[in-house]
Amino acid sequence: MSGTLIRSSSPTRDKGLIRHAPLSRFGLLKRYVSPMLLVLLWQVACSTGLLSTHVVASPFQIALTGWTLVKDGTLQTNLLVSLARAGVGLGIAFVAGVGLALIAGLSRLGEDIVDAPVQILRTLPALALVPLFILWFGIGETPKIALVALGASFPIYLNLHKGIRSIDPKLLEMARTLGLTRTSTIRDVILPGALPDLLIGLRFAVGISWLMLVVAEQVNAESGIGHMMMDAEDFLRTDIILVGLVIYGLLGLISDQIVRFFETILLSWRPSHRAARSA
Amino acid sequence: MNAVSQVVALSQRNEAIVVDGLTRRFGNGPAVLDQLNLAIAPGEFVALLGRSGSGKSTLLRTLAGLDPVTEGSVIRPRDVSVVFQESRLLPWKRVWQNTVLGLPGANQRAHALSVLEEVGLGHRVDAWPLTLSGGEAQRAALARALVREPAFLMLDEPFAALDALTRLKMQKLISELWGRHRCSVLLVTHDVDEALMLADRAVVMEHGQIHTDLPIPMDRPRRHTDPRFEHLRRVLLESLGVYDD
Repeated sequence: MSGTLIRSSSPTRDKGLIRHAPLSRFGLLKRYVSPMLLVLLWQVACSTGLLSTHVVASPFQIALTGWTLVKDGTLQTNLLVSLARAGVGLGIAFVAGVGLALIAGLSRLGEDIVDAPVQILRTLPALALVPLFILWFGIGETPKIALVALGASFPIYLNLHKGIRSIDPKLLEMARTLGLTRTSTIRDVILPGALPDLLIGLRFAVGISWLMLVVAEQVNAESGIGHMMMDAEDFLRTDIILVGLVIYGLLGLISDQIVRFFETILLSWRPSHRAARSA
Repeated sequence: MNAVSQVVALSQRNEAIVVDGLTRRFGNGPAVLDQLNLAIAPGEFVALLGRSGSGKSTLLRTLAGLDPVTEGSVIRPRDVSVVFQESRLLPWKRVWQNTVLGLPGANQRAHALSVLEEVGLGHRVDAWPLTLSGGEAQRAALARALVREPAFLMLDEPFAALDALTRLKMQKLISELWGRHRCSVLLVTHDVDEALMLADRAVVMEHGQIHTDLPIPMDRPRRHTDPRFEHLRRVLLESLGVYDD
């Protein structure tokens, strides 16, 4: 008999997890040491006059300015405007991206109609459309939201489409032998199987939507974080510009965490999930 | 409805499986199945052996309705189930949900529970499939096949990826389950011992035809020490092109 065939898949998997957890906790602490030191150096350089505040404001000054902007309400007002633009744009992108991916992914005819134009459009850098969007939509909210929506739809479409198309054919065959209806096959096999890819697409989309927003708000805006930064430029206020940068950074980080949180809940069936999260 | 019904004629429940003159070729290549005839009686356990490329999988896929019947005819019961070499469980559904996937009616969990209990998986009903061991996953796949009360069960090398000990346990389980359900079984396997332990009849395929049809008239439960076992083993191995010196 073939005694050498004995597999030990689950024990190795467990071992990997156990070894992984304490390592990452220790590593996490270590990872923050270097950035903290850099911030400290930056502060020292500013305080001693090595770095002019016209070039860059000190970390302490940034914190102070940030607090002032919060107190007089400037920050909140602009942040809400930016959030609304990103949120609405991303919402439109989600509906459009998912809708088109379902059409292209679930029917051959749909793929023929939808996929080619989308693939052509996605090679255009969305930011190059800014002048055209301003001509079309003026300088109100529409061009900004449209830009976010356009840029963010592509990663959602591309990833979900790929996810639907790359469902394990063996599972689809199984569905056939079980006599599942088309509806049930889509609901129970195809969509859950494509969900991980959709969430990856969503994470890209969130990142891109902030990128689009930065450009849209700096080109022609009367409000928003980007506008606040452009305003500060006229007065050489590097501290306000840096507050804006910090806010953008935090927004990116928080929105990414929100998507990851959804991943943890929706993809709890994946044993590799914990490892993937800390990667 | 199953997509199968247009290409495979359906017999009544507990009726035999009859394959008559089945020919199948891909493109203009040689015939993978060449005028193949095979009959399986109701409740009969048939093991199908053959070297790689002999057409075993194509025959099973045709019987399962996954491949079309282009030449010849296939008659089989309506209710069939297939267990593949890989469990093919949906990773995003819990074990019990996988078991009753696509079945109509209420109280499915209880239904699933009783079948999972039967295959010895009562303790893993709520587990995610990717946390199962190879043997457990195949038990779940077996439960999913049995819960449909098939008149004809097809097993496509179901234990090939399992370790030797687990394989022995699974063979015992199959034997018990078949004793209870008494459906017709077609077991595709590479393992001559497995065929001899389980089947009423072993058929060997070569070049798309049934080359050897060997009844296994041993009483159950069977033992390797049975003198007939060694003889049948040699006959089967020789028909597969393996000769003892």
